[in-house]
Amino acid sequence: MRGAAQAVARSLRRVLAIARKELRQLARDRLTLAMIVGIPTLQLMLFGYAINLDVRDIPTAVLDRSRSALSRRLLGELEATQTFRIRTEVRSEVEAVRLLERSEVGAVVVIPPDLDRRIERGRGAEISLLVDASNPTTAAAALLGGEGLGHALAARFRPFAATTGSAALRPLPEGRAQLVATPDLARPDPIQIAVLPFYNPERRTPVFIVPGLVGVILTMTMMLMTALAIVRERERGTLEFLIATPVRRGELMVGKILPYLVVGHVQVALILGLGALLFDVPVHGSLLDLGAGAAAFIAGMLAMGLVISAAARTQFQAMQMAFFFFLPSMLLSGFMFPFDAMPRPAQWIGLVFPLTHFLRIARGVLLKGATLESLLGEVAAIAAFLAVALVVATLSFRKRL
Amino acid sequence: MTPHGGDGIAIRTRGLTRRFGDRVAVDGVDLAVRSGEIFGCLGPNGSGKSTLMRMLLGLLEPSAGVATVLGCEMPRDAERLRPSVGYMTQRFSLYEDLSVEENLDFAGEIFGLSRRRRRERVEAALDGHGLGPWRRQRAAALSGGWKQRLALAAATIHEPALLVLDEPTAGVDPQSRREFWERLFGLAVAGTTVLVSTHYMDEAVRCHRLCMLREGRRAAIGTPRELAQALRGRVLDVRGVSPEAAIAALSGSALVASMTQLGDTAHVLLAPGGPGAQRAAEGLVRVLAHAGLPDASASAAEANLEDVFVALLLGESLDSCAGESA
Repeated sequence: MRGAAQAVARSLRRVLAIARKELRQLARDRLTLAMIVGIPTLQLMLFGYAINLDVRDIPTAVLDRSRSALSRRLLGELEATQTFRIRTEVRSEVEAVRLLERSEVGAVVVIPPDLDRRIERGRGAEISLLVDASNPTTAAAALLGGEGLGHALAARFRPFAATTGSAALRPLPEGRAQLVATPDLARPDPIQIAVLPFYNPERRTPVFIVPGLVGVILTMTMMLMTALAIVRERERGTLEFLIATPVRRGELMVGKILPYLVVGHVQVALILGLGALLFDVPVHGSLLDLGAGAAAFIAGMLAMGLVISAAARTQFQAMQMAFFFFLPSMLLSGFMFPFDAMPRPAQWIGLVFPLTHFLRIARGVLLKGATLESLLGEVAAIAAFLAVALVVATLSFRKRL
Repeated sequence: MTPHGGDGIAIRTRGLTRRFGDRVAVDGVDLAVRSGEIFGCLGPNGSGKSTLMRMLLGLLEPSAGVATVLGCEMPRDAERLRPSVGYMTQRFSLYEDLSVEENLDFAGEIFGLSRRRRRERVEAALDGHGLGPWRRQRAAALSGGWKQRLALAAATIHEPALLVLDEPTAGVDPQSRREFWERLFGLAVAGTTVLVSTHYMDEAVRCHRLCMLREGRRAAIGTPRELAQALRGRVLDVRGVSPEAAIAALSGSALVASMTQLGDTAHVLLAPGGPGAQRAAEGLVRVLAHAGLPDASASAAEANLEDVFVALLLGESLDSCAGESA
């Protein structure tokens, strides 16, 4: 018993020796320290400000053949949706299409000459919305905007009171589409669907992106930290000293991970702090829950880095391998594209990556106020990845030259 | 102090072989290193010294043959061996971004010394190697000689029973090398077995026993004196004329294997299977007289390790002459 206890104490001492050494080296490595702070800050700015998935202010041209008070009110409503911004008026459809072709506008609203008369007589009026659908995101937003307009008409114009707008996207040649919004007066509004946006009522992109960004940034930085850790020892020649000591493979791996767990949490705090400061990203759940989830995720990424480090012979190779893992991890996790919309096989692959599960934890806890208890499945998936990666890293690292 | 074979042998190898692809780096080496001796490994670059040492430490797997180090079968028992071995690599392999003291402390910690013992040993190492004034200095800022001191201090922080040093004094000034060897003798006196590789003759002479390697094979083994004895009667010094002139005149003589200038004498290694030192000396003097150097005289001289080294490089086998005395 005493012997076993002593062995454990010695093992722990070696783990701490490695961890302390790593921490000392880290503290003296200005470049890496700058990376730890710089990468999250830069990425946050980039994703928060530049990459915006909200589609607003689509430049729009108007072909108003009616030129009535009603058509002016209608255009006012159109701008009030904030999806469209009226830039110019055109005289003919030819002119409108030319503007679309030159990408000077993204949409054209065509109001028929007999708008007032048709409405007075209680017949449907066809208002056309020509949309440049070469960018699907813009097209989808325009479609929604069109529907919104239909609802707005129904709500604010008496003649539309009991009707609903139906919309269809009619493909035009050369990748364009025409949206036809037709108030269907023959059919009374049978079902009222009330859409209530939960959690992110203004539907702002940063609120959605920042929690995910925590995971993406941790994937990149944490994996690189350890991916380079063993290769660097190999390149500098210190590995030959290290493997001639009694340190065990597992001890080396755990010792290399420990200091970066702290670093990872510093990054989490940094991103959330900046997110709250710059983009009003809320923290609805418990930070402790998030920290616990992040701990598992960070450890998993560090272990993945060690797997790479044990396989790579040079730092350059390690970098390449890290990016090879990083890219599908980001694309299939649901960070950028909705996970549920991906094809099944892609989802299965996506489920392997810890980022997929961490995103659910981060978004759940931060945006929805979920508790970690309700997300135990996700934590378990990350823990399983961590265990496998740690074993693979340990087994594939040989104490040989 | 550590588990040995019990027969006073710290390292024993039989037919130890390592191939890298088609190249045979170490080829069927038999060795027996006694406990407490300073055992030298001498050989030109690429003769397999480092590979041999790495196999003994379990850092490389042998392609064939067996090695027993301090009673541990290598590489099977490598982990059991580690706490008893200190290893100083050819290239500086401590952390350049850590200070002298931090490196020593890390070495002590990784070898499992308790906090108190570690403090004692680190202080002793700083004092003993004169590293005290540099304790807070980053290792990167140390010169070659000081790095070497630090490396030795780190390799011995846990008082290993076996110390393996791979060309520890390469690129170090003579004064530092001298001090370094004094420390090695101190360790040997305290019972440490030292295995050291070198290609400096003056260091090889200091070893208790030597093994010479040539192209991965053991070419000779024995004490420096035994090795030199193998060349008894094969070495002459030519005096009385300028050494350059004598060497020029004697080049091409069938009696001569190799010549070198030592001060004002020409040091001649006679070809093997010659007529004996006396007759050869007469022969050389005759050749020199013919070449217009009548004042030359030749007399038998002590063979040195360099002669042995040169003879080995010329392809002679001295292994049978010295014999394995262990």
